Amino acid sequence: MAEQRSPVDGAPLVTLYDEELPPDNSYAFSPEELEEDEMILNMGPQHPSTHGVLRVELKTDGEIVKDARPHIGYLHRNFEKHAENIDYQGVIPFTDRMDYVGSMGNSLAYALTVEKLLGIGVGERVAGIRVITAELQRIASHLLAMGTYGMDIGAFTPFLLCFQQRERILDLFEWLCGARLLYNYNWVGGVSHDLPEGWTDKCRRFLDEFVPVLDEVDKLLSHNKIFIRRTADIGIITPEMAKDYALSGPNLRGSGIDWDLRRDDPYLGYENYDFNVVVATSPHGPVGSCWDRYFVRVREMYESVKIVRQALDRLPAEGDVHENVPRFVRPLAGEAYCRSEAPRGELAFYIVAENKKPIPYRVKGRSPCFVAMGLFHEITRGEMIADIIAIIGSLDIVLGEIDR
Amino acid sequence: MITRFRQIEMRLMGPLTMIPIVLLLVILGTIAALPVVATILSELVADFVPPALQHLTIVVLGTAGFVGILALNPIYSIWLERKVAAHVQDRLGPMRVGWHGLLQSFADGVKLMFKEDLVPRDADRVLFGAAPMLAVASAFAAFAIVPWGVREDGTVLAVANLNIGVLYFIAITSLGALAVLMAGWGSNNKYALYGGMRAAAQMVSYEIPTAILVLVVVAQVGSLSIPDIVNAQAGGILGVGDWLIFQLFPLNLIAFVLFFICGLAETNRTPFDIPEAESELVAGFHTEYSGMRFAFFFLAEYGNMLLVSMLAALLFLGGWIGPFGSNPLLFFVKGFGLVVVQMWLRWTLPRLRVDQLMGICWKYVIPISFFLLVVTTVIKGLL
Repeated sequence: MAEQRSPVDGAPLVTLYDEELPPDNSYAFSPEELEEDEMILNMGPQHPSTHGVLRVELKTDGEIVKDARPHIGYLHRNFEKHAENIDYQGVIPFTDRMDYVGSMGNSLAYALTVEKLLGIGVGERVAGIRVITAELQRIASHLLAMGTYGMDIGAFTPFLLCFQQRERILDLFEWLCGARLLYNYNWVGGVSHDLPEGWTDKCRRFLDEFVPVLDEVDKLLSHNKIFIRRTADIGIITPEMAKDYALSGPNLRGSGIDWDLRRDDPYLGYENYDFNVVVATSPHGPVGSCWDRYFVRVREMYESVKIVRQALDRLPAEGDVHENVPRFVRPLAGEAYCRSEAPRGELAFYIVAENKKPIPYRVKGRSPCFVAMGLFHEITRGEMIADIIAIIGSLDIVLGEIDR
Repeated sequence: MITRFRQIEMRLMGPLTMIPIVLLLVILGTIAALPVVATILSELVADFVPPALQHLTIVVLGTAGFVGILALNPIYSIWLERKVAAHVQDRLGPMRVGWHGLLQSFADGVKLMFKEDLVPRDADRVLFGAAPMLAVASAFAAFAIVPWGVREDGTVLAVANLNIGVLYFIAITSLGALAVLMAGWGSNNKYALYGGMRAAAQMVSYEIPTAILVLVVVAQVGSLSIPDIVNAQAGGILGVGDWLIFQLFPLNLIAFVLFFICGLAETNRTPFDIPEAESELVAGFHTEYSGMRFAFFFLAEYGNMLLVSMLAALLFLGGWIGPFGSNPLLFFVKGFGLVVVQMWLRWTLPRLRVDQLMGICWKYVIPISFFLLVVTTVIKGLL
């Protein structure tokens, strides 16, 4: 047994085992423990509605789910170990692949952490561009969450209407940096490309046309009687539970807790923007239901539109986006932890640096989806099979981020 | 390169596209002229067929006619469904194969025919094989009692003019539930089993209000024979006023809406498509089916859609009676119009949960149906 210790204070970071551990099957359900009329149903990793390669094992009694156990790791790509072997800037494309429907937020969180480690800041124009891209990414990500959630409940049409709008955001990003999904856009100390000429006008036009469409989809899905009855009294996360399990982002605000890092721990000058933190009001049932989490995301899109409009208005006309990009990233020995409000919640990176080395000693990602999966078994117990799908969808998980 | 490819495609598809269009025109024309066609046919049969076989020949010809229509029905219905879905969702739908994608369904049908017929290793082969056949058989057999119109001498244009037609309809459609249950059980797949169980519970439950609502109509008209029910709706303002849906307003309107809802539930269409709930049960009872067996379930589904729509048109919307005189084509258009409404609902509404579905049936639909039955009977008795 060997231990990896922090170069800063000698604290243990990773325990390495010399011999191979035997496979541990105690986590899976065993057929022996089943009672009469119970059945094990394996949902995933290949299933239309587990939002990726999540595998859920259900112990069912008819349509009732007695117990549910999620199995993760089917998309594990060794992000943290990779990061220990690549220079600081080189890690950014890997962060993009964590939450692959909200890439801008990931690289932003990582860039902010490295900047904190180096003690450098960014200019006003770069901060503005980062806010615009991060909020557009939030809209794109929430659109996907909204559309696929409708599909989980059985409504197909909102999905395509949402994706049409999402495509337009991806078009904007493609124009900006050449990529539609994994952007590698936020660099340490800057962004990769300045806004092209005419981009801001196109972006404004998109916002103007997007809001009516969002209204329409909202009318079509959110206040549909069937949709409300399917979602408004299942998957209840009480405020206490949400705090105990350290939820963040829309899942936390869906439980009625007023907490948003953009307002409570501002970065990139978010304190200067005028926006509301959306908290669930739950008109249709107990607070913390699937409908609340879903509706927080819908209303957050309107707030993001507001922020993007303000950021576009304030954006300084001139400024070099590469001004603060360091030639070499070689921080002094130390550690940095920086958190930010990604579309799915509090995304943070923790970096331990060795003195003047070009590669990080340790990079740890704090993923909001992984944390949210922690309480999955609690809120699914006793619900019905159809509700399992509704609950997975309402947590809005991305397996790339859970497994990393 | 692409343009060249497109040119070849256009040249090929141009003439081929005429096939579905011509076919459709021929079918519609035959339906419109059904009284005349039937007269000519019966005269021909009377001239050339020995008297002992005449009745049999007419039944066989009639069966061949409606089986042909039902076999072609999915091809047009699926195309229409995809177009309705596309336009609800702000896109175009099939556009490449033939004029506005008309040949797409033919291409899909050919593909399904040549696909490997997979049977899971541990499946119950007998049930697995029999289920799609039973599904199609039950959907098709029910069409035997659907009357298309009347000739001028009063003969009914139906394959079998039963005097207890509606009872036959209720009995035959119950077989569909058995087919789905067999498919779910025979596949030896947990998702299929869930789909089959859900379907059985749902179809059996919704048969009760369907039967009661049919009784509402029967009690008012005083006959179990469908042609009699339609003939009782003739006359009135513009030929529309005496449709049953407008009588005893709003009792029959409610009955019609409930009947349509029960029809949706019996054909497993959204918002009642829980037996095949794609997002929960992958594909429900037909998860393990492929190729032609899978196509058979489609055939049965679209056949059932048309059946319940036509029944609703016959019982409540006056069948072939309309403002411009009576015509089988009018009846067909009414039936297909209701099919389009079913498609419209499917692409708009989310899906109910299984307990809510049963709750709606037992807590609302059945009591209201009973209430309607009692009230309409009492009013009829008093009048």
